[in-house]
Amino acid sequence: MSALLNVNNMTHYFGGLRAVYNYNLNIKPQQITGLIGPNGAGKTTIFNLITGVYTPTEGSITLQDQNIKGLETNEIAAKGLGRTFQNLALWRHMNVLDHIKMAHYSQLSYGLMGAFFNTRKCREQETKIEEKSYRLLELFDIKQHSDQLVTNLPYGAQRRVEMARAMATNPKILFLDEPTAGMTPDELVQMIKIIRQVHQDFKVAIFLIEHRMKFVMELCQYIQTLVFGELIAEGPPEKIQNNPEVIEAYLGKEDLT
Amino acid sequence: MGTIKKFKNYFSNIPMLGWLLGVFTAVLIEYYWGYDYISYYLGLPKIPALFGALFMLKDPYMIPGVMGYNLIVYIIPILLIAKITTFFTNPTAFILEKMPLWLSVIIHLICFYGILHLWAGINDYRALVVKLTMISIILTISINVINGYQGEFSCSHPGFMAIGAYISSVLTLLFFVDDKIFGAALLPSYLGPWIFPLTLIAGGFAASFGSLIVAIPSFRTRGDYLAIISLAFMFIIKSAIENIQFIGGARGMGGQPDYATLPVIFIWTMLCIWIIHNFVTSIMGKALNAVRDDEAASESMTVKTRKTKMTAFMFGAFWAGIAGGLFAHVLSYINPGTFSLTRLAEILAMVYFGGLNSIVGSIVGAVSISVLGEALRPLELYKWIIIPLILIFVMIFRPYGLISFKEINAKRLLRSKNKKEEGV
Repeated sequence: MSALLNVNNMTHYFGGLRAVYNYNLNIKPQQITGLIGPNGAGKTTIFNLITGVYTPTEGSITLQDQNIKGLETNEIAAKGLGRTFQNLALWRHMNVLDHIKMAHYSQLSYGLMGAFFNTRKCREQETKIEEKSYRLLELFDIKQHSDQLVTNLPYGAQRRVEMARAMATNPKILFLDEPTAGMTPDELVQMIKIIRQVHQDFKVAIFLIEHRMKFVMELCQYIQTLVFGELIAEGPPEKIQNNPEVIEAYLGKEDLT
Repeated sequence: MGTIKKFKNYFSNIPMLGWLLGVFTAVLIEYYWGYDYISYYLGLPKIPALFGALFMLKDPYMIPGVMGYNLIVYIIPILLIAKITTFFTNPTAFILEKMPLWLSVIIHLICFYGILHLWAGINDYRALVVKLTMISIILTISINVINGYQGEFSCSHPGFMAIGAYISSVLTLLFFVDDKIFGAALLPSYLGPWIFPLTLIAGGFAASFGSLIVAIPSFRTRGDYLAIISLAFMFIIKSAIENIQFIGGARGMGGQPDYATLPVIFIWTMLCIWIIHNFVTSIMGKALNAVRDDEAASESMTVKTRKTKMTAFMFGAFWAGIAGGLFAHVLSYINPGTFSLTRLAEILAMVYFGGLNSIVGSIVGAVSISVLGEALRPLELYKWIIIPLILIFVMIFRPYGLISFKEINAKRLLRSKNKKEEGV
């Protein structure tokens, strides 16, 4: 199978600081890949580089053999990279339904004039999008909150809104930045279920950053370990679990004397 | 509290149509008997223009007379007629409900306009206040697009208004008036009122083009810094106009034909409300809110943030330009001083008083601040103490303004209020 997303020798400097060095990534369709590493290793930076928030200093990024390096974030997102954020990035004055509707922005084609004069085309598209949004809400079990402001929802539900919103952009790859941060064990189990379900229902590839080993080992088919912006190990979960370098990076060196 | 609630409950079954009918009766009473009988016997020199605020403030002895006048002419007829006629206004509203919404809205608006025309026609001062209030409504809603929906703090609205006012004035003077600057009229003057909308739109486009100067820095900066840039823009426009002698410089420019009549302004105001309402309730318009609340998240959700910001500025500026054009043709005279800090303070007061992110709020803000400003005119200096004080209190108790984050629901507003029918 050919690769969906291909990152080649990506390097990025923030001024004189080398944040990411010689990073390679290869995601196949429907593969779940995990990215682990200690705090400050540059995991989120890699997300931001691929999704276009920053443009890498060197290297190439291709999505289905099309170059996406240097495009604007919204263009990359419209091409099929959906993402969630480490600290929830929801729109605090908007209700849940509007969140999902908003993520369909790139699928609108009625133009500004259509919006100004509320043309038939505009109304038809908006009703279609609304129906689609309700279906997504149902799938993520947040339909009962549809007309509430997101800030009034419990934390777990807010996370689900963010996932649903990311899925509304019709992604080919879903980027999850610490999807279980701040969750209780119960919510964690639920999150695993949701991610599995998304993976099956939408046939998307998933690329996730995570700290909880249990979560990563259970979900991922392929794992990369990042330390100080460099990959030190990659491979299937079993291999990573027993890799001495990974253990050292996480737990420190064993003192033998 | 109990009595107020009872009172409210008692009048809660009156549909919008009923209220309109009540107001219509009140206006008719004023029109036929207002001067000859009612104000004469109450010892008032003439019909009170704005509910008698001017008389009361000038001469406290007139307070009972004015109160009596308001009671006899407005309060009693409105409440009485509105309540009595529910037996047929409710069924009528029910029939209108069955029609398409736009038709029902237009019928209501025509009725409303008729009443407004009659009321404003009673004296010239009142007509002027109504015109300026409607222009303020356009201004307030359009600045709400930038400051409320888009969440920037733009201070350049008077500048946009000035561009619109000058462009449309130059065009009408050039084409339809024998003028000292532009020479003889190029087109016959009977075409004037028909071409006038085009000159307004030209002014609007010029303003939205000018707004790019503020919109483009907004890609990189926001908050206080953008506020300073936009303030600078306003002063640039003002001093630019002051130094162009061709259009009168600081002396200003006069002689615009009186094309901005009450119906013309009314139609433009309704058009503005309709279009902006459509825009901000569409997904494309809600992108403004998304960009305001979290720009990075919007980008990741495929929202074109740059386009969205530019749209907000250009769209807001367009309507400010239209309002400026109307303003110039109402007063038939403009000078650069009109479009300065005082105007800015007024517009900002209206939008923050009324409520951010809400069209109803903007209307309420524009109407209350302009009417209050006129009504308190006799207090002179104290007016500028009272209005800011009111603003401060609103900000303490309602930080986002009186009515914020609410949209008009025309259907609910106009529906029949007959509880029995609803119960079935």
